[in-house]
Amino acid sequence: MLSVIRTLWHIFLHAFHPRVTVQYPDEKPYLAPRYRGRIILSRDPDGGERCVACYLCAVACPVDCISLQATEDETGRRYPEFFRINFSRCIFCGYCEEACPTYAIQLTPDFEICEYNRQNLVYEKEDLLISGPGKYPDYSFWRVAGVEIGGKGKGESEREDPPADLRSLMP
Amino acid sequence: MRETIIHIVTVLVVLFVVLNIAAGLIWVERRLLALWQDRYGPNRVGPFGLLQVAADTIKLFFKEDWVPPFADKWVFILAPGIVMLTVLMSFTVLTFAPGIAIADLNIGLLFVLAMSSLGVYSVVLGGWASDNKYALLGGLRAAAQMLSYEVFMGLSLMGVVLMAGSFSMSAIVEAQRKMWFVVPQFLGFVLFLIAGVAETRRLPFDIPEAESELVAGFHSEYSGMKFGMFFVGEYVGVVLISALISILFFGGWLGPVLPPIVWFLIKMFFFIGFFILLRAALPRPRFDQLMDWGWKLMLPLALANLLVTGAIVLAVR
Amino acid sequence: MTKVYVDNRPFEVRPDQCMLQACLTLGFDLPYFCWHPALGSVGACRQCAVKQYKDENDKKGRIVMSCMTPVAEGLRISIHDPEVVAFRAAIIEGLMESHPHDCPVCDEGGECHLQDMTVMTGHNYRRYRFNKRTFRNQDLGPFVNHEMNRCIQCYRCVRYYREYAGGRDLKEFSMRNQVYFGRYEDGTLENEFAGNLVEICPTGVFTDKTLKRHYTRKWDLQFAPSICVHCGLGCNTSPGERYGSLRRIVNRYHGELNGYFLCDRGRFSYEFVNSERRVRQPLLRQDNGLRPTSKAAVLDRLKSILAFGKVLGIGSPRASLEANFALRALVGAERFFAGTAPAEQRLTSLMLQILREGPARTPSLHEIELSDAVLILGEDVTQTAPRMALALRQSVRQQTFQIAEKLKIPLWLDHAVREAVQEEKGPLFIAAPYVTRLDDVARETYRAAPQEIARLGFAVAHALDGSAPEVAGLSEELRNLAGRVAQALRDAKRPLVVSGPSLNSESVIYAAANVASALCRAGKPAGLSFTTPECNSVGLNLMGARPLAEAMEAAQKGEVEALVILENDLYRRAPRQQVDALLKGAKHVIVLDSLLTPTASQAEIVLPAGTFAESDGTLVNNEGRAQRFFQVFVPQGDIRESWRWLREMMIAAGRREAAALETLDHVDEALAQALPALAAVTKAAPSASFREAGAKIPRAPHRYSGRTAMHANINVSEPKPPDDPDSPLSFSMEGYPDQPPSPLIPFFWSPAWNSIQAVNKFQEEIAGPLRGGDPGVRLIEPTPGSEANGAYRGAPPEAFSVREEERFFVPLYHIFGSEELSQQAPAVAELIPKPYIAIATEDAARLQLKEGDEAEVRLNGSTQRLAIRLREEMPKGLAGLPVGLPGVETVELPAWGKITRV
Repeated sequence: MLSVIRTLWHIFLHAFHPRVTVQYPDEKPYLAPRYRGRIILSRDPDGGERCVACYLCAVACPVDCISLQATEDETGRRYPEFFRINFSRCIFCGYCEEACPTYAIQLTPDFEICEYNRQNLVYEKEDLLISGPGKYPDYSFWRVAGVEIGGKGKGESEREDPPADLRSLMP
Repeated sequence: MRETIIHIVTVLVVLFVVLNIAAGLIWVERRLLALWQDRYGPNRVGPFGLLQVAADTIKLFFKEDWVPPFADKWVFILAPGIVMLTVLMSFTVLTFAPGIAIADLNIGLLFVLAMSSLGVYSVVLGGWASDNKYALLGGLRAAAQMLSYEVFMGLSLMGVVLMAGSFSMSAIVEAQRKMWFVVPQFLGFVLFLIAGVAETRRLPFDIPEAESELVAGFHSEYSGMKFGMFFVGEYVGVVLISALISILFFGGWLGPVLPPIVWFLIKMFFFIGFFILLRAALPRPRFDQLMDWGWKLMLPLALANLLVTGAIVLAVR
Repeated sequence: MTKVYVDNRPFEVRPDQCMLQACLTLGFDLPYFCWHPALGSVGACRQCAVKQYKDENDKKGRIVMSCMTPVAEGLRISIHDPEVVAFRAAIIEGLMESHPHDCPVCDEGGECHLQDMTVMTGHNYRRYRFNKRTFRNQDLGPFVNHEMNRCIQCYRCVRYYREYAGGRDLKEFSMRNQVYFGRYEDGTLENEFAGNLVEICPTGVFTDKTLKRHYTRKWDLQFAPSICVHCGLGCNTSPGERYGSLRRIVNRYHGELNGYFLCDRGRFSYEFVNSERRVRQPLLRQDNGLRPTSKAAVLDRLKSILAFGKVLGIGSPRASLEANFALRALVGAERFFAGTAPAEQRLTSLMLQILREGPARTPSLHEIELSDAVLILGEDVTQTAPRMALALRQSVRQQTFQIAEKLKIPLWLDHAVREAVQEEKGPLFIAAPYVTRLDDVARETYRAAPQEIARLGFAVAHALDGSAPEVAGLSEELRNLAGRVAQALRDAKRPLVVSGPSLNSESVIYAAANVASALCRAGKPAGLSFTTPECNSVGLNLMGARPLAEAMEAAQKGEVEALVILENDLYRRAPRQQVDALLKGAKHVIVLDSLLTPTASQAEIVLPAGTFAESDGTLVNNEGRAQRFFQVFVPQGDIRESWRWLREMMIAAGRREAAALETLDHVDEALAQALPALAAVTKAAPSASFREAGAKIPRAPHRYSGRTAMHANINVSEPKPPDDPDSPLSFSMEGYPDQPPSPLIPFFWSPAWNSIQAVNKFQEEIAGPLRGGDPGVRLIEPTPGSEANGAYRGAPPEAFSVREEERFFVPLYHIFGSEELSQQAPAVAELIPKPYIAIATEDAARLQLKEGDEAEVRLNGSTQRLAIRLREEMPKGLAGLPVGLPGVETVELPAWGKITRV
């Protein structure tokens, strides 16, 4: 009984506590750079598309809201032919970013993406692709990967020997 | 003729004021709850969010007024009417200030108790007619809870009646000129307060609704203005119980300097605020705990209170 | 059975295998690379290490390779011993040293044996900080992509390619950590089974180049159990679809048929489904052209056409039983004609009659592999029934196993066996008019005209059993050859005769049947295997359709009101004038087909029929095995199963009974009732009402992604997954999560086994039948008791005599080019030869023709100009005309024709 009265008293005292509500949108809250908001596709330091269309974000997505199709340019560099995120299904869990082996897909601190028409929440690659490298300024997958693309031949990636000379008899 | 007009005017004024207070309470409650939970509550619609209630009412009017095809149609429609009717009827016998009353019956208190007993029907019928297991469970719980608490609610007031020697509201208030009954009848006051909370199905005793277990209890299937009637009915109930507490235990309109009606309103709003504080602070008990307290604790205490009061009254006389 | 102990638990296992195979059969997850159930053990990769103990008191044990350890009574091993676990992790770390950082762009990713094994061993962090060795890639043709950096040097590719498939142009080069697997120079892989490298390679060195163009991960594909439609063998396949187009085909293991391998035609021809030439809407002839129209309009038109009688139906050997049956039901049994070349129908009937009467039984491909002496009469098996050629290639090893057995080498110890055997080969005799792709493993080959081939067959039969008809005027050389063949067959335990309708010669088939009969009379369990030209040739024939020629006669008499042609390009069946006459003879021509074929473009109405990937149905293979194929995806637009169109036509024609043929099961029941020979088709696969634990079998892997985004560009509200009333499979990833019954396995996947090697978990024992038995029902068995008294059939033909002026034209077949549907696949189209005529070098000299010269050919009243190709080995007086090649007119062969220089 006493505890009930004490509870009542404590709760009553909250009338004199400061309020924690942030008066959004008059006041904007601080969002950390790693906040999980609107998803973007970034570019590598050379300005090329970072996404290599490996499908890992799509498979990691628990609500299956990412779909894409891989294709290749004439030099063998792989990129998505289309890349679609249905934000009306997205739960902003960030698994796609976790799964991305090239730092292409990133979540940003922007969450103000409401629409009156749900159809407008379907973002295509043009809507997703930004012009910078996002949170990871230095990484470039193609510099590391052992495949050949335009401007980078075999054995020219990081930590690679030049291609083996099969005709050589040297031990 | 003139008296009739005055009566009609009084009725209309009381109805108007009560309903407005009840509606305004929705805003008051949300703001107060927010205050005690370090939030703001509704503060966007109109100054201080005051028009929130208007917006909500308009919304309720525009909601689809839907009767489920599986429901018992007429009972389903009737149930929310009963709650409004019974609670508003209770107001007829209240004396708000000298001369401000619709009918100062000499059995006023009994009438209030009778009306509040009838109020159970609305909940039970609403739950039953919905033909929905959550609603039915809610209705069952409401019936059990309200019947049980009804018993000692009446008994807890008998002390007051004994001391005042009357069931009439104005007589009870007048009997408190020397001392508010809350002092000699403190136990009765506590018992009545608890029973009052239970009668209005307010937190912590909102077991018939219990949204975490029963969706929305007896009014799960209700929408639109039918739901609105249950909703407003609950707040009118809060006003009624608060008014009763101030009349029966805190000397009604009695008080210095200020006009009597103001004193009455101050006391009433204090208890309304207290009701809201209860909601902000206390968790809901389990249903079996509620019944246990009712029958095994409250009822014996009420009887003891009555016995002791009776003995003292006899002895003093 | 032998008792072994694995981690101190006793198990009973078969003794004739290695411990690795035994462990995998028992369900243990033991990593391996160089071992493959079809290739045996070589002990190269050291990945399958286990600890072996002397007895139960031995606590120390020693590390051995489980693939090199034979199962022995009381053998004790441990898979989970910490030391051996660490050993395996170290091995894989070494293998991964130079593995490039490119899984995200590797087509193997997600179904990679190396990924699976790396996870299984627990190696998860690269400590190697030095430079990786790299290689240059090669262009290996339109089918297989090469990315050598990913190689872990397990040698599986060359072992498969050279030793199993008999290829010569893929080899290991260089040494130490620079061992390179490739060709001497860039160029298309020559072997017809090179596509299997995609599945053999445990990592992404060899990947599917056709898939690369529209790459999709395994987990994103929607699969269905399917049957290959590009030849008569009925190999089981697992096609995968994404975004409404077919993306690839992988092998679907079938213990009795294709086992672990497919031919390249079967694997890479799927792209015809996505072809530009597909009919996707009903077409109606208006103002002299075929114009797309609505389904309602076309059914309206059909109603008025079908209201009059005299509707003839022409069935198809490449349409399902159900489609053919629905056509038969529409037009009536007596107006149902077989849409096959007259000779082909005659020969197929003959072959079926022989197989049904016995005594020889037709073996499955697996049984062909186990045959130990083979006579091939008049077939270039690699071109007409490719997967059978791979099976026959294995059969030449059977007798040589005796050498290994004598040396007490277990047969699974692959390289030891090969070392012991050296170049020794079992008896395989090939008689064909030209060089075949199996000649390199043949003991003897005989190149001659069809008549001579038949005479050889008859002579062999006579040599085996004197009561068989004797061949008159046999040359000494041929008699001796027949004697040697007869001797080899007689000495064999499981002799086999292979023939088929390729040469359009009845006497060749009679000869093959007689050899088999003679062997049976001698008490040998002889097999007799006939190739069939198309995926449902046998099924169509079992329906008893009337010959096409009779339809042509009726058309000429003007008795045909309407002609309904089912999935058939008649221009491939008969000479152009005859088909033109037939099509003109009918007032209305209605064609149901998936492609706009020359026949379809002559039609008044073309209805869009589903391909194998868009429909359900049953096919009967050359062995007489009825197998069900299931719809992979729901196509856009009006494409639907042919039998559904035909049902709608029946309803339009006012045939009430058609309303009952609502689903595949209804059609199959009606079919089984109407045709007793096909009564068993209902047992080919579980019916649509089948449920496993109350749920349907999911077509898509449970990780299928993008469900809420793939259609979002059209409408953000997701559509409901399509219903499938025809099968117990669902168009979704939802359903029964465990292994379905064998005919309903859409794809192979098992926890921790993402690659196709997950098939290990679906087999009763490794390389054995699938759990619950291999799918399909055999419809044809020889009459019991026919072994001893099987009569000899036919008579030896006259000897072939060379003519001065004319050449005897025999049909030539091409694995890439002779089959109709595969021509439409871009990758296959790259390998189709240009039209030509083949003549013997000797004859060419006489005609003063050189390689590449253009010549005019007059054959059976048709004239065409083609390039000359010289073939050294062709006997004098013969010439070859490729069958079905684009640009070559259909002519009835064999026939005498004249070649003149232009």
